[in-house]
Amino acid sequence: MASIDGALLDFKRLDRLAAGNTALHRLDPRAKVLATLVFIVSVVSFGRYELSALIPFFIFPAVIIGMGDLPAGYLARKIALLCPFALAVGMFNPVFDTAVMVQVGPLGISGGWISCASIVVRAVLTVGAALVLVAVTGFPAICRAMEHLGMPNAFAVQLILLYRYIFVLTEEGGRASRARELRSFGKKGLGLSSYGPLLGTLLLRTWMRAERVHMAMLARGFTGAFQTRQEFRFGAPEMCYLLGWASLFIFLRLHNATQLLGALITGIFQ
Amino acid sequence: MHMADALLSPAVGGAMWAVSAGTIAYCSAKVRRELDDRKVPLMGVLGAFLFAAQMINFSIPGTGSSGHLGGGLLLTILLGPSAAFLTIASVLVVQALFFADGGLLALGCNIFNMGFFPAFFVFPFFYKKLIGPNPSQTRLTWVTMISALVGLQLGPLAVVLETLVSGISSLPFTTFLLLMQPIHLAIGVVEGMVTVAVVSFVRQARPEILQGALEARPIGNHPVRQVLLALLLVAVFTAGVVSAFASKDPDGLEWAIAKVTGKTEINAPQSGVHRALALLQEKIAILPDYHFRKSAGKGGAAPPEKAKHVESFNPGTCVAGLVGTLVTLLFAFMSGFALKKRNVRKVYGIN
Amino acid sequence: MSHHIVAVKNLRHVYPDGTAALRDVSFRITHGESVAIIGANGAGKSTLLLHLNGYLTPSSGEIQIGDFPLNKCTLPQIRRTVGMVFQDPDDQLFMPTVYDDVAFGPLNLGLSGADLDHCVTEALERVGAGHLAKKAPYHLSGGEKRRVAIATVLSMSPDILVMDEPTNGLDPYARRQLIGLLKDFRHTRIFTSHDLDMVLELCERTIILKDGEVRADGVTREIFQDEALLAECRLEKPLSMQGCPVCGQSRSLAKAP
Repeated sequence: MASIDGALLDFKRLDRLAAGNTALHRLDPRAKVLATLVFIVSVVSFGRYELSALIPFFIFPAVIIGMGDLPAGYLARKIALLCPFALAVGMFNPVFDTAVMVQVGPLGISGGWISCASIVVRAVLTVGAALVLVAVTGFPAICRAMEHLGMPNAFAVQLILLYRYIFVLTEEGGRASRARELRSFGKKGLGLSSYGPLLGTLLLRTWMRAERVHMAMLARGFTGAFQTRQEFRFGAPEMCYLLGWASLFIFLRLHNATQLLGALITGIFQ
Repeated sequence: MHMADALLSPAVGGAMWAVSAGTIAYCSAKVRRELDDRKVPLMGVLGAFLFAAQMINFSIPGTGSSGHLGGGLLLTILLGPSAAFLTIASVLVVQALFFADGGLLALGCNIFNMGFFPAFFVFPFFYKKLIGPNPSQTRLTWVTMISALVGLQLGPLAVVLETLVSGISSLPFTTFLLLMQPIHLAIGVVEGMVTVAVVSFVRQARPEILQGALEARPIGNHPVRQVLLALLLVAVFTAGVVSAFASKDPDGLEWAIAKVTGKTEINAPQSGVHRALALLQEKIAILPDYHFRKSAGKGGAAPPEKAKHVESFNPGTCVAGLVGTLVTLLFAFMSGFALKKRNVRKVYGIN
Repeated sequence: MSHHIVAVKNLRHVYPDGTAALRDVSFRITHGESVAIIGANGAGKSTLLLHLNGYLTPSSGEIQIGDFPLNKCTLPQIRRTVGMVFQDPDDQLFMPTVYDDVAFGPLNLGLSGADLDHCVTEALERVGAGHLAKKAPYHLSGGEKRRVAIATVLSMSPDILVMDEPTNGLDPYARRQLIGLLKDFRHTRIFTSHDLDMVLELCERTIILKDGEVRADGVTREIFQDEALLAECRLEKPLSMQGCPVCGQSRSLAKAP
């Protein structure tokens, strides 16, 4: 099925990006995770009508893409396929919020449009931050960082196993789905009566695979808990990274840098 | 539907994260204590199964659209509440990071909305109570359908409440509700059908897998503590929401009231309640629009924030704003670009 | 070094649904032997293997591995002594990186730090996969996965190596590499396989299972010459022992394992 194979390739690509070797990749994942969290909280804490104040925050993903040597076009495309839910809800803002807030000559822009735009910008920023985090850190490293920051071991193990087997299961699912598609014509054969057994069979095979993985674990001395080896150092570069970004975000949150910059520039020309 | 960062405020996001994190911790401890080490690979692999299954669609007759498995209820039936919660949470984590599904702050909300309700509410209070030992196919179908429907009404309801309390969207409560719930009724039917199909298949092929789920265990297995906690959470949520939408979003409420009653004002008798609720909201100081009210003066209803803004915007500031926006964006992207170029140079040894 | 015998006596295994997968299997494998267990699908080969590291419990009969009879108490030692490599390497490689997978066993045995690192690197070098240490398993090819799966078991320093269909699904080059690797091992080796040419090259002794029983147990070359026996067990001669497809002449048995 085109979409599953496509999704899997996409997934693998994002995973491969994390194996890069820039200075940013080599930073301790805890620093990167925490910086991203401060970023998201800052962005999300703005009032609903803030728009220009959000713009400077684009510097975070831009710098990460640059320093991490990530493919900008690819990531931009992924962000463009945003969670449609936020946009769908945001679209209603201009409908319900019609009092004019800004006059640009004869044109009155309602608060609704501004808040809608604000939602879009927020979505791009927050989702972009999550994507670039994965692209420069990698999922297993993020899990280990979270574990260091207090996440329970059982959940960390779950995340690691899940991630590992997503690749296997999506391939299996893709094969099964493709086989069904090739024997269907138009919409016939793609309904619930084939979907149920298809999923059911996939589920049973998955269950049996779980038994085999369990066997393999037992064969290598598994007794219930995963031992994890830690080799992280949180040193000076990490501290600089985290504090640098955090202070910038706090500054940008408290002062509308866009207005300041704009005023500065227009001031020069006056 | 996944909740998104873009619609969330830090207070709501943080609160939901706290709840979700607490539940994850509880479930992790529970799963560890159970000493069934078969669960470890099973949870991981079933999570991957769910992930893959969500990418396969089936066509819904008569609508021309397609549906797919949600999976919360199915996982709970197969794994039991705690293990299922962890599995659902883990799938959501991957989706948030890789598929731009909502965002990292909203993850707390999503884990709660899509994990808590099937695992800790619908399953123990609906499914297990109604299913009985060795149920017939009809009974299985009905109980599963009901469970799926309930679960898929509660989740979206939570989303609506979370969006409302955050205050970023202007969508009024009733409209939002009227949009979400009927859609999710349909989705619930689909989910129920799919879950029944898969469970029936598994039951025929390998009934021992479902052994745990198809026997009704007495409610005593779930400690009273857990039930009370669930009820408490619901209560807190409702209290926060009622006070929030009574005093916070008069525009939306006015609009709804205007449409319904033809009046444009909330009548005096309600002001007593209104005042009391506003006081309650002040106590819950973490609500995000605290700063809205601060600017308007304490203790009263907040005037719509937009009225304040019309005065503070003048053409000069506007132009400065636009210029600033363009320059800032340019600066942000150029810096990223420049850093990339530097990397390329390093890699190829150009100087 | 003690004698690592694998002694199976009157092993019987009946599945919960009533199928008797194994009925009265007995054999004795001594230290350093290389033995193949072959037979039709459903003859009981995989079931037998799963008994050798205690994953399945016999319905009746005894198993002795080295100095220990197989029972609940001796399971940890047995699992250290018997390294089992499964058919599907994806079932065996469940950690995020190759290094983590190979380190899983030793970590569970209590190794850490420099000892652990040494163990892992050595195991990876042994299978020629040292350069794959940082890679994720889903980025590996079939042959690489198989070699890494072997390394995950080698890092526990087993004395007995059990492998289920080792050459299954490999391209000719990877297959040749694997055979070369396995030839070098000094462990007691037990394989199941449909690849009879590999069996001819690697194993001096062959046990044929039919319907859950031992139908033949002897020198590989002799067994492969008994066409009637092979046909009865749904097998045939290895291709290298069959007539030349071009000129029709029978090949000589000069190939020594």
